[in-house]
This record gives sequence, structure tokens and C-alpha cells, in this order.
Amino acid sequence: MAIELPENVVVSKLDELASWCRKNSLWPMPFATACCGIELMATGASRHDLARFGAEVFRFSPRQCDLMIVAGRVVMKMLPVLQRIWQQMHEPKWCISMGACASTGGVFDTYSVVQGIDRFLPVDMYVPGCPPRPEQLIQSIIDLQDKIQREGTVGGREFTTRSRQEPKRALVELPVITLPRGVSHLPQGVRIE
Amino acid sequence: MIEPQTKTALSSAFPSITWSEFRADARAVVPCDEIYAVLRFLRDDLGFDLLVDMTCVDYLSYRGAEDRFGLVYLLCATESNERITVRTFVNEPLLSVPSVVPLWAGANWMEREVWDMFGIRFEGHPDLRRILMPDEFTAFPLRKDYPLQGRGERHNFSVLYRAES
Ligand code: SF4
Repeated sequence: MAIELPENVVVSKLDELASWCRKNSLWPMPFATACCGIELMATGASRHDLARFGAEVFRFSPRQCDLMIVAGRVVMKMLPVLQRIWQQMHEPKWCISMGACASTGGVFDTYSVVQGIDRFLPVDMYVPGCPPRPEQLIQSIIDLQDKIQREGTVGGREFTTRSRQEPKRALVELPVITLPRGVSHLPQGVRIE
Repeated sequence: MIEPQTKTALSSAFPSITWSEFRADARAVVPCDEIYAVLRFLRDDLGFDLLVDMTCVDYLSYRGAEDRFGLVYLLCATESNERITVRTFVNEPLLSVPSVVPLWAGANWMEREVWDMFGIRFEGHPDLRRILMPDEFTAFPLRKDYPLQGRGERHNFSVLYRAES
């Protein structure tokens, strides 16, 4: 029977099976840098019980995680750490930007706070709020599960689509200056118009 | 709160001190070249054994201010429960004062923070590095002539895309 089916049908079914497995065993990496981290802990604790959605195993090693939850503001000194941890995580991996600060910088429009991690990192879900309630975070995880089920493939082809490679809207609005390799800051006195 | 005899002792040892008072808190303004001697005298002879805090204020375009940076030392004598605020002023281009780490070891990180935020050098500090900002940062962000939103340093990172990470 199976031999008579066209090849693509089999692949598609396998994709769905893999996505179904993946979406129900997300292992979050809690990158909690500020107050949103408290809500993140509450989400994982008994009252809100993230285990109902198969994502309760928080691991502090990026090697064992596939869902990064960035909860809190990220400052200049922290961003290279964040990027390093993201690179250390295994594919397939997803990223949730939790709270106003992680998504846009929030009220901290100051010299050291990164104005949204999506400028420098691929983000799959944004959770608005300051801080978002645990229900909101759970909703975003459910939405992410839907997304994984909808577009997930065994080989991770969905990550290489053109739309995933394009810079985010915020990046288009504000210029990002490219500096030579090894130089990470503008010299004193240089301004961006 | 400060005892009158403490005040007299300090004033007679250093006549250049000017005093002011706010709600029974005594403030002594000391010329910059005497600051270390005054602080050592306060610790060794008057019993101010605790440096509560040490910070700096930028008075750029502050109404009526004559000097640029004001350094503030908050001291406490734990035996007699006296407190005193010692201030001194420094101006560009000579932004340096003696470090008080030899007097109070706890001044180490406080002075590093003042150096990081205001760019004031502490001569004799054992390890004067930035404490909050990254080491490659070149500006002093708490100075009033530094823009609140920075000069674009926060946007100067490489972008990770899906395909490469
Ligand atoms: S969004 Fe609000 S709760 Fe979350 S880190 Fe920022 S200030 Fe804190």
C-alpha cells in the first residue's frame, strides 16, 4: 500500500509526526534577567502548572533546551551572552520574547538597554505585558505549539525560508551600523543621526 | 548628627573646611588636595570607621554651581553614632583624587563605579576598571553631557539570523 503512495505524502506525514513530538516536549531555557522572570517561575510552579502543556522541564544548560524564554531586559553587556547561549542550543529551537522589555526595551529607553532582542536574535513569539501574567505566557506557548505543528518539518526546512531570514521591522526603522570585525562600539563622539 | 567637639577638632586641624547643615546633618566641604588627609583624620582620630557610601554628582549647567563634579563621602562612627558628609569638588581637566581604599577597603567597588560612570580617576586604586559597563565602552554615561539614549552603542551588535545560528 505505502509503496503506491507518492513520495511527498509520506514526507508530509513524517513532518507532522515529528512536529507533534516536538511541540509536546518543549524544554525551556529560562533566560530570566529581570522582574518578568518571577512570572516565568510562577508559570512553571504548581499553581499555573506548565506541565499540562508539556513544557515544564526548565533546564539551565542551553545544550539541553529547545525553547529560549527571554524574560526581562537585556543590556549591552548581556546581549553577547544571550547570543552565545542561543548559538549553543540545538536545532530545532524557538525563542519567546517575554514582556515589554525583552520585546522593545520597555520604559528603559536608555544607553545600555537593548531596544528589543529581535534586533539581534530570531524571535518566534512576543508576549506583551509588564509583566505578562502566567496565562499569557502559557497562551504564547500554546500558540508556539500551533506554529510548530503548522509549519514544522523533520529537517527544519521552515527555518531557512526567506521570511525567517529578513530583518525585523524594528531593524528597518533604526539603522544598525556595521563596524569592522572586532570593534563592538562606536568611538566616543560619533553619533547616529 | 555630629558632636560639637568632633566638629571643633576637625575645624582646628583643617581650617580650610567650610561647614553647612541640613536637618542636623553636618556637611563639610573640603578642598580637593586635602581630601585624603581629612578622611584619614576622621577615621584615625575621630572614630569614623565606616564608609557608608561614596558617590559623585555632575553639576554641569546646574544653577549657581561653580564646579563640575562633586564627590560625596558619607561616613559613620559606629561607636558614637555620629554621621558626617564630606564633599569635595573636582574640575576638568584634572579629574583625579586620591583613592581611599587604603582607609576603607569597601571603597574599592564604589570608586570603580564612580570611575565607570563619571570618569574620575582614583590615584592609588588597586584595580581601577569599569564595573558596570562593558570594558570596551569609551564614554562615561552618567555625565550630563552624555545623551540619555546613548550614542548608538546599544545598536552595535552583530545580528544572528536563523540560518547561521
Ligand atoms: S516588562 Fe515589566 S515586568 Fe518585565 S522585565 Fe520589563 S519592567 Fe520587568
